Amino acid sequence: MTQSQTKKILLAHGGGGRLTAALIENSILPKFGNETLNQLTDSAHLELGSGSICFTTDSFVVKPLFFSGGDIGKLAICGTVNDLAVAGAKPAALSLSLIIEEGMDFEIFEQILQSAAVTAKAAGVPIVTGDTKVVETGAADGIFINTAGIGTKIDNIDLSMNRIVPGDKILINGNIGDHGMTIMSQREGMKFESPLKSDCACLNDIISKVLETGADVKFMRDPTRGGVAATTNELAASSLHSIELIETALPTDLTVRAAADMLGFDLLNIANEGKFIMVTSADTADKALNAMRAHPLGTKAAIIGEVTQKEEMPIVELITTIGGRRIVQMPYGRELPRIC
Amino acid sequence: MLTRICQAQALMESACDAVGRQINIMEVCGTHTVSIFRNGIRPTLPKSVKLLSGPGCPVCVTDQGYIDVTLDLALRDDTIIATYGDMIRVPGKAGSLETLNRKNVKIIMSTIDAVDLARQNPDKTVVLIAVGFETTTPATAVAVKQAAAENLTNFCVLSGHKLVIPAMNALLSDKNNKIDAFLCPGHVSVIIGSDAYEPIVRDFNRPCVVAGFEPMQIIEGIAEICRQIAKGTAENGSIYEVAVTAKGNATAQRIVAEYFEPYDGYWRGLGKIPGGTLRLVDEYSQFDAMKRFNIDEIPAEELGGCKCGEVLCGLIDPPDCPKFETKCTPDSPVGPCMVSSEGACSAWYKYGRRRKQNK
Ligand code: SF4
Repeated sequence: MTQSQTKKILLAHGGGGRLTAALIENSILPKFGNETLNQLTDSAHLELGSGSICFTTDSFVVKPLFFSGGDIGKLAICGTVNDLAVAGAKPAALSLSLIIEEGMDFEIFEQILQSAAVTAKAAGVPIVTGDTKVVETGAADGIFINTAGIGTKIDNIDLSMNRIVPGDKILINGNIGDHGMTIMSQREGMKFESPLKSDCACLNDIISKVLETGADVKFMRDPTRGGVAATTNELAASSLHSIELIETALPTDLTVRAAADMLGFDLLNIANEGKFIMVTSADTADKALNAMRAHPLGTKAAIIGEVTQKEEMPIVELITTIGGRRIVQMPYGRELPRIC
Repeated sequence: MLTRICQAQALMESACDAVGRQINIMEVCGTHTVSIFRNGIRPTLPKSVKLLSGPGCPVCVTDQGYIDVTLDLALRDDTIIATYGDMIRVPGKAGSLETLNRKNVKIIMSTIDAVDLARQNPDKTVVLIAVGFETTTPATAVAVKQAAAENLTNFCVLSGHKLVIPAMNALLSDKNNKIDAFLCPGHVSVIIGSDAYEPIVRDFNRPCVVAGFEPMQIIEGIAEICRQIAKGTAENGSIYEVAVTAKGNATAQRIVAEYFEPYDGYWRGLGKIPGGTLRLVDEYSQFDAMKRFNIDEIPAEELGGCKCGEVLCGLIDPPDCPKFETKCTPDSPVGPCMVSSEGACSAWYKYGRRRKQNK
C-alpha cells in the first residue's frame, strides 16, 4: 500500500509494523533526516563536549492546530528550543514524539511535520530521536506533540536569582499578548481589520546575540502561559525582590490591545510564544536593548520596568498610564470572555 | 494628558476642602470598576473622595434563583444552554454551569451564535442565557427577531436582562444609602441617552455624570462630580459628549420595546426592584424559556454568607466581607462578584490588594 492511497492516519501507523516503517521512511526521514537520526537506533548518541548540560521537555496541545503565525509543529520546536535558550544553553538536539488521533488526514499530518522540520532547521537544532503512536478516534484531539531538548551551557553567563539587586532593569523583546489573543480570537471566531498573528518563534539566535554583547544578564524566562504577569511574579517570588512595571513602556500591538479590551482581558496575563523577559544590571541594560533591537525578533524591544526593593513578601506593581499604581497578580486558571 | 490630570486633581482637592467631609461617588457600572482598578485611579484621588462599586455588573446582580433555573435546564437532555463566558462559573445551589461539566453548555460570543446552535440542532431546545443591561438587550431582541422570522421553534430566551435606572432609584430610596452622586456608564448611556438620568437628578438631587471608560474620562468625571457637590448643585452632565446624546439610540430602544417589557424581578442583594427586569412581551412568549419549560417565577434565593448584596449597594467594600480572600477567591468563588471579571470583589482581589504589611 502506498502512502497516497492511505489518506488517513490508521492505528496501524503506530503499530510498529510495515505501515510504521513506511511512515518513518516516507514522512519522517525526508524531512528531519540527519546523520544521527538516520541510524534509527533506540537511543541517539551525541558528542556534547565536557561542559554542563541543560535538559528540558514540554508537551504541546493546541486548538486550533493551525493558527495565524504558526501551527502545533512550529510551536513544539520553538517551545523547547526557547526553554533551553532562556536557561542560558545553546540547544544541541531535540526529540520529537507524536501522539496522533486515528483518522487524521495524512496531508494535515505532513504539513505539521514539515513545519516542525523547517522551524528546527532554521533554528539550527537537529531532531535526533523520536516516536510515533496512534490512538483511537476520540482519545486525542488531532495530534499531541512532545519534544525534549538538550543543550550545552553557554560560558561566561551566570543566571541566578541571588545576583538580582534593586535597580536591575527588566527587558522584553517585543509586543506582548500576540500569541494568546491570536489563538483566542481564532477560537472565538472574531474578525479584526488587520489580522492578529502569533509571535511563535525560536529565540536561541536573538538570545545568543544579546549574550555576545557581554551585558550582565541575571535572569531570562519566556512568558508563555500566564504571560508577563506570571513570569514577573515568579521572578519576584523567587528573588524576594519587588518589581515595578511601567505601563507606557509595555510594547503592544493596537489590534491585539483592542481584542483584549473587547473581551475584558489583561494583556499582561496573555501567553506569548516568541518573547523573553530578561533582567540585566542597570548599567548594561542599554547594551542588551540595542542588541535586541538590532535583531528581527526584537525590533519592538523595550525596558519595561525595574527591580525595586528586597522584601519578604515581594509584589509586582504596575505604574499605569495616568501615573496610578496597581498590583499585578499571578493570573489564575482560565480567563473568561465577559458579557458587555 | 498630565496637565489635564493635574487640573482635575486640583479641582477635586479644592472641592473636597470646600465640602469638608467625605464625598461618596458610586460608579454604577462594572466596566468602570475594572478600569478604575486597572488604571490605579483610586490612589491618585484625594482621601476624602470615596468610590463605591455599584450594581452594574450583569453577572453580579443576577440572583441565585435565576442561576438555579439555568442549572436545572442544563441538566435536561433535550436542551443546549447558550451562555456568555462569565456566567459559567457563578455558583448556584447545585454547583455552576462549569462544574456540571455538561456537553450541552456552550459558550457564545454573540446571540447570533445561539441562533446558529438552534439551526444546527433541530432536535434540541436552545436556551439563551440572556443577562446584561441596556447594552446587551438589543442583541437578544435581534436574536428573537431572527428566530421568529425563521420560525425556529427550538430557540428560546431565559431573560435576566436588567435596567439601570430602576436600580439607581432603588438604591437612593433606601434610607441607609451613602451615595452622593453617580458616575454613569458611557456605553449604557449611548443607548438610553443622558436624559434618562433626569428623574434621578430631579427627584433625589444627586449629580449624574456620564463618563467613558478611559482613565482620563473617569478622572474628569469624578472631578466634575466634586465640582457640583462643592457648588451644592446636582446636574445631569456628560463628559462623553462625542458618543452620548440626550435621547440615546432610538433604533436600539425601539427593538427592545418591541420584544421586551419591564416587570418587578429579583436582583441579587437588592431584592425585587419595581420595573427593573425585562421579560419577553406576550406576542413573543413562545420564545420565553419560562413559558416553554413551565417555570412560574424565578425564585428569590441568596447563597448563605455572601455579602455581594451589600457590596453591590455600596454599603461595604469587598475586603469587609469575612469570606474575601479567605474562603472566596477567583479560583473558588462564593458569590458572583468574585466570578465576573467586572465584579467588584474580583477587581479588588486582582488589582486592589496592596502589600500585606500595610493593607
Ligand atoms: S468576597 Fe465573595 S462572598 Fe464576599 S461578597 Fe464578594 S463574592 Fe460574596
